[in-house]
Amino acid sequence: MVDVRSGIGEALPPPEVEDVELYHPHSWWTRYVFSQDAKIIAIQYGTTAIAIGMVALALSWLIRLQLGFPGTFELIDAERYYQFITMHGMIMVIYLLTALFLGGFGNYLIPLMVGARDMVFPYANMLSYWIYLLAVLVLAASFFTPGGPTGAGWTLYPPQAVLSGTPGGRDWGIIMMLSSLIIFIIGFTMGGLNYVVTVLQGRARGMTLMRLPLTVWGIFTATVMALLAFPALFVACVMMLFDRLLGTSFFMPAIVEMGEQLQHGGGSPILFQHLFWFFGHPEVYIVALPAFGIVSDLISTHARKNIFGYRMMVWAIVVIGGLSFIVWAHHMYVSGMNPYFGFFFATTTLIIAVPTAIKVYNWVLTLWRGNIHLTLPMLFALAFIVTFVNGGLTGLFLGNVVVDVPLSDTMFVVAHFHMVMGVAPIMVIFGAIYHWYPKITGRMLNEAMGQIHFWISFIGAYAIFFPMHYLGLIGVPRRYHELGEASFVSTSIAELNAFISVMALLVGAAQILFLFNLVWSLRHGREAGGNPWRATTLEWQTPETPPAHGNWGKELPVVYRWAYDYSVPGAPEDFIPQNQPTPGRLSHEAAS
Amino acid sequence: MAVVVILVLLAVGSVLFHLLSPWWWTPIASNWIYIDNTITITFWITGIAFTAVVLFMAYCVLRFRHRPGNIAAYEPENRRLEGWLATGTTFGVAAMLAPGLFVWNQFVTVPQDASEVEVIGQQWLWSFRLPGADGKLGTTETRNIVPENSLGLNTNDAAGQDDLIIEGGELHLPVGKPVKMLLRSVDVLHDFYVPEFRAKMDMVPGMITYFWFTPTRTGTFEILCAELCGVGHPQMRGTVVVDTEEDYQVWLAEQQSFSQLSASTETRAIPGKVCSGVPSGVATEQGTGAFTLFEEERECSSPTATAVAASAAQ
Repeated sequence: MVDVRSGIGEALPPPEVEDVELYHPHSWWTRYVFSQDAKIIAIQYGTTAIAIGMVALALSWLIRLQLGFPGTFELIDAERYYQFITMHGMIMVIYLLTALFLGGFGNYLIPLMVGARDMVFPYANMLSYWIYLLAVLVLAASFFTPGGPTGAGWTLYPPQAVLSGTPGGRDWGIIMMLSSLIIFIIGFTMGGLNYVVTVLQGRARGMTLMRLPLTVWGIFTATVMALLAFPALFVACVMMLFDRLLGTSFFMPAIVEMGEQLQHGGGSPILFQHLFWFFGHPEVYIVALPAFGIVSDLISTHARKNIFGYRMMVWAIVVIGGLSFIVWAHHMYVSGMNPYFGFFFATTTLIIAVPTAIKVYNWVLTLWRGNIHLTLPMLFALAFIVTFVNGGLTGLFLGNVVVDVPLSDTMFVVAHFHMVMGVAPIMVIFGAIYHWYPKITGRMLNEAMGQIHFWISFIGAYAIFFPMHYLGLIGVPRRYHELGEASFVSTSIAELNAFISVMALLVGAAQILFLFNLVWSLRHGREAGGNPWRATTLEWQTPETPPAHGNWGKELPVVYRWAYDYSVPGAPEDFIPQNQPTPGRLSHEAAS
Repeated sequence: MAVVVILVLLAVGSVLFHLLSPWWWTPIASNWIYIDNTITITFWITGIAFTAVVLFMAYCVLRFRHRPGNIAAYEPENRRLEGWLATGTTFGVAAMLAPGLFVWNQFVTVPQDASEVEVIGQQWLWSFRLPGADGKLGTTETRNIVPENSLGLNTNDAAGQDDLIIEGGELHLPVGKPVKMLLRSVDVLHDFYVPEFRAKMDMVPGMITYFWFTPTRTGTFEILCAELCGVGHPQMRGTVVVDTEEDYQVWLAEQQSFSQLSASTETRAIPGKVCSGVPSGVATEQGTGAFTLFEEERECSSPTATAVAASAAQ
């Protein structure tokens, strides 16, 4: 057996820089509103993301009402339907998932887990949130503009995104959407640079890269990827804005719209798709890698066992991150690009399955011979593995170029990406909130409400998206306001659609219970204490809970071991915190 | 314990749903049975992997759940086990990729004897063009599109004069003959998709895309648009009829060529049906005020549109 606890017994390096003084707030405004404290910024990011996410949830209800009971709700006409799916998709992918994982969990956990007092650029960090909020407001405002929000689909493919056959194409909708994305990317860049530099430069003494918790590895790698991928979306948005407002033709070839020749020519719609997916595929992993990291820590902590194959897990994260930049065109197998690209992109795409599968093996092997506490975070982690494996395996259908041909643009794709980058990461978000809520607030979330929330969310979401694959296999296309009569499907799919819709309403309702629990437990939750899960990582070793400004009191923590010393033979407890020098002494004893 | 039961039920239920539910692909009508076979292989491999992982998790929860006195093992790494798992996965992935790439090679290699058919997409209508007696399709240009030449053929290209034009009607194809579908769009992205043929491909304005297939049984099939093309997307349907050779020849003889159509439109101009002449750029760019979906007769220079254009220009 190999010892992965690198550096044990080595002398600690001396501190490279003196502990620097933080910015200290002087008023209520600078403490709680224009705060430079990453923990406050994290909560601001989190609440904003969840708030706009609730809009996306309501939109998903409307979408499912239309699909399950077509023609029943006159409110949901074709134009509105396309606006709903577009806004639902964009909000969920960018403004909820990306913002919550990186802006929310990243801000809260990175400084605490690496043993820093705060992010290295607190002022830029504060700006990052306010610019993100502006992006959200611009996006939300598009609901109230003439013509309403854009209905171009979340992929915003030109030329239709900027033409009159699409809602918002010739009105304000697409302009607001592109502007909001541009603002979001500007804000994200400020935050993202912070996360990367803090991980590289702000770690406590003894916290080597190979001692970082996998949560930090996931968020760190995802942030590096986002910094490289978002610029492609940025330029695509700017170019499309020029096409729409200034009459340029980056993405616009000669077009006859409804019998009228447009004054465009020479542009390439496929160029946009390349730019979009050069961002869009890494984006999948920008959401997935933080989830991978967090779930590793949840499983390890609640199974009381070290994560299996830590080094392999780190390398898998890094390799997946790298490979994800050379697979983007698997979203474009039937886009009309040169078909010979298919050989290359199918191969790279299926290669990515290997490191991903290794991660899955290591999660379940961590459970094996563990001491599994079926706490809420553990339940959500198990749900993540089930839904992620399911969604990942259907990715092998869509990534394998020729299999993608019949399935592309059908409900199979919708089911696949919801399972793998919707349900699975959101299971991790829930698990993570149940796990870290005690640290953030000092109180536990209510267990009974949590159990109801878990079972409805997990079984309901699986019942929504598993059967949906078969609709796609039959050939039901996605983005159809109403399929109507179709010779190739039996009428029984209407019943399946109605079932899926009922499930979707139910799962949505369970989220309201979850929000209620978040608020209710603030006041009525059980007192948590500093380390209720008996976890090893640094955030649980803070002198105060919730951690005070500056996190660590007078002395910065010193790290002596990796993050996974659970159930070490011979140790008095079944966990040894990272800042504890010898197995026998607990850290608070050492400090006193 | 509930967790164990639910995990087992979920794995078993998924397999049973797959095997027993009535929802399965529609019977194939083209040569791409290879695609169906590759999907079947993929279902087997992924199905086994999924069931194995979920059942193993259920076993772990059952066997290693927390009970008093239970202590987790301490085993940071196991190189040998990790190596075996990585190798096994690599073989599984290769078993799916190899047939996939093999069939893809067939998919992108158009047979020499394939006849050509052009499909033209526009919001929200399918049109078709078949080569005439010369066996060649004439060249086209989106800029050429005017009401009397709605598919934009180059009028000075002799090869195009005898091309058969089918606007908004049914496409017929002979059974058993490979056909190369040349795909073109005049406005936005569309996608020519017939579920029974399994194949599909986007249609992109400004370029010509293609795919090929051989219809293997006669019948009438529905054409769907599979790439979001605006609010009329779900209504963009068409019909393709696969005929026996004799029926196909009968149908073919009924179709009108480009030169015949041009001659007839010259004699009977239809005022008001479509906008006459190409309007000026500004009006086109901004003139969307009076647009209604599926409006039979569309006004190009309505007062509203002109007003919008004028205000935008200021």
